[in-house]
Amino acid sequence: MPTSRFEPSSIKNKVKREEVARKLKKSKGQAKLQKRLAQAKAEADNPLLKKKRQAENVPRTLDNTREFDPSILTANPAAPTSSEPPVASTSTATQQEDQAEAAADISSDPFASYFSGETDPTIPPKVLVTTSKKATRVTYEFCEELVSVFPGAELIRRKKGKGYEMGRIAGWAADRQYTHLLVVNEDMKKPNAITMVYLPNGPTAYFKLTSIELTKSISGHARPTPHHPELVLNGFVTRLGHTVGRLFQTCFPPMPEFQGRQVVTLHNQRDFLFFRRHRYAFRSTEKVALQEIGPRFTLKLRSLRKGLPAVKNLAERPQDLEFDAFEDNAEGEKPDEQMAIDDEQEHGAEAQEQPQPKKPKKTLPPKEDQYEWMWKPELETTRRTFFL
Amino acid sequence: MQSDDVIWSVINSQFCSYKVKTVTQNFCRNEYNVTGFCNRQSCPLANSRYATVREKEGVLYLYVKTIERAHTPARMWEKIKLSNNYSKALEQIDKELIHWPNFTIHKCKQRVTKITQYLIKMRRLRLRQEPKLVGVKKKLDRREAVRERKALSAAKLERSIQAELIERLKSKAYGDAPLNVNEGVWQAVLDMEKGKGKEKVDGLELEEDLTEEEDEDELEEEMEDEDGWGEREFVSDVSGDEDALSDLEDAASFGEDDSSQDEGSGDEESEEEGRPKKASLGKRKAPPKPPRKGPEKKAKRGPRVEVEYEQEMESVPLTKEMLRDW
Repeated sequence: MPTSRFEPSSIKNKVKREEVARKLKKSKGQAKLQKRLAQAKAEADNPLLKKKRQAENVPRTLDNTREFDPSILTANPAAPTSSEPPVASTSTATQQEDQAEAAADISSDPFASYFSGETDPTIPPKVLVTTSKKATRVTYEFCEELVSVFPGAELIRRKKGKGYEMGRIAGWAADRQYTHLLVVNEDMKKPNAITMVYLPNGPTAYFKLTSIELTKSISGHARPTPHHPELVLNGFVTRLGHTVGRLFQTCFPPMPEFQGRQVVTLHNQRDFLFFRRHRYAFRSTEKVALQEIGPRFTLKLRSLRKGLPAVKNLAERPQDLEFDAFEDNAEGEKPDEQMAIDDEQEHGAEAQEQPQPKKPKKTLPPKEDQYEWMWKPELETTRRTFFL
Repeated sequence: MQSDDVIWSVINSQFCSYKVKTVTQNFCRNEYNVTGFCNRQSCPLANSRYATVREKEGVLYLYVKTIERAHTPARMWEKIKLSNNYSKALEQIDKELIHWPNFTIHKCKQRVTKITQYLIKMRRLRLRQEPKLVGVKKKLDRREAVRERKALSAAKLERSIQAELIERLKSKAYGDAPLNVNEGVWQAVLDMEKGKGKEKVDGLELEEDLTEEEDEDELEEEMEDEDGWGEREFVSDVSGDEDALSDLEDAASFGEDDSSQDEGSGDEESEEEGRPKKASLGKRKAPPKPPRKGPEKKAKRGPRVEVEYEQEMESVPLTKEMLRDW
């Protein structure tokens, strides 16, 4: 491309070249400054101009150019009238239908009983916090902090050995009126994942756990009080996101104690769930002062399973042969569990495997995991694909 | 042909590819070695009479060397399947290795025991639910760490939490007598609510006022038009200028507004809230005051001589109005 304009780099003499270049640069800067000053002046006279410019000049971010997901719901499940994705705005009738459907769907999910007010809103839900096998001090410290976050939480050390699988513990906890099971997984002597089970019938969410900061490492932190905290759930828009948000919400008592001035935040940004806890004070009608209490950590959803975590009872005896009274041809033996070893891949296959509880009190874990959603690297087709 | 001593002297003093040397003793990696040690007795190469036990897919076999086939190493070993039953397998060994050196029989039996034990353990482990091991993907972790960092900076956590809390405060989510809000702040919130309510009422009244005022405007403009050629330009200026003038006119109009609205004037909040409202009022109300406008128009032309013009012009419109009033 032949340059018609003058370029200082074409000057041979170095001193001259530098001088010209400097001048050029300075004049450019000056022009820009003048432009900005003029703009500032015009905007000072006419604030509308500034508003217009700010409205037009919106930077494109990953968040506002995110790929459209048909399961994006409204920002607030309680009031399905506000912001709807622009794509759906073509026909308001179908839009309303969708919203009604989504609202009905949400109101019939496993968490509905919490929101319908069947439980006493002042009693905190019982949360059982435990670790993976052979946990170390770091994990226990983190668990202690978790227990301080959830008002109804209790830390029980994980026992080793057979019979203490996660699913069995979940069933045990469900029989004792726990509503949540939190299992902090440890790897390389660091907590690296959290499994969150909603009792008694699931779902089970598995999160990757990163960037943990305990309270003591946050400078200028406040002390927690046993008051029930308020909850801020930001940025959950899709159906999956709502499930996660509601799962988290049900860990806390429905009625916060405002005098504690504590607020627990789970902020979803680009599928990362940032957990924070603050104490706040309203300074004026426009200002809030925040003081962090801690801990802080980041979660990322890896999978969502339908029921409790599965327990593969491989040593179980196969069912005895049963013979019909020759009314119809005798059914063979049930495919015995003993042989079906390690078929993790075909998890979606058997849905009816869940054994019928013999006694009404006993909650049994299923034998096969049934995944509602699982993260895979292939799912992220672009960097603008988000699922929550 | 097959000379055990020669082989052993080579293996022992020169080189053997199966030999693993350690500080204390030497080991053998040959699969047919019955003990795993590198010594004369248990060397599968330097013994023409040799037997061992091996396991293939859970089944035990007794391997016996047939030295006559040494020229075809692939078919040198005779493979005898051992029973699943441990004691029967031992008997089988006794039977197969009758007249063999005690060392070989004993070591083969030991090996049967060992293999049977590890097979049992393997089967038992299979039945237990073990945590699934997943590989660490460094690249993926790194990528996600970067994305997390960027997401965190995009989240503006504190600001979004603050915004949410303020919204809750203003939408009265904390009830009528909140325990988490200062009295002063809560009073300000209540005042704001009141102010908004008032504003709506005022707005209605104002509209009525405006119609009258606009009428007056038009009248006055007409009047000014009648005044002379020069003033026409001023009129057109007026409309453009009003925004800039609004401050002054606000100041003038403050008194009226306050008296009419009866607001709690003590709070700063309410005043701040009131100001934009008043500004808009001022703009609207501005036209009916020709005495002010006149001078300012002139001021545009010659800012330095403002004062004089003011006096002159003020007198003129004043006389008009005064005349009416009087």
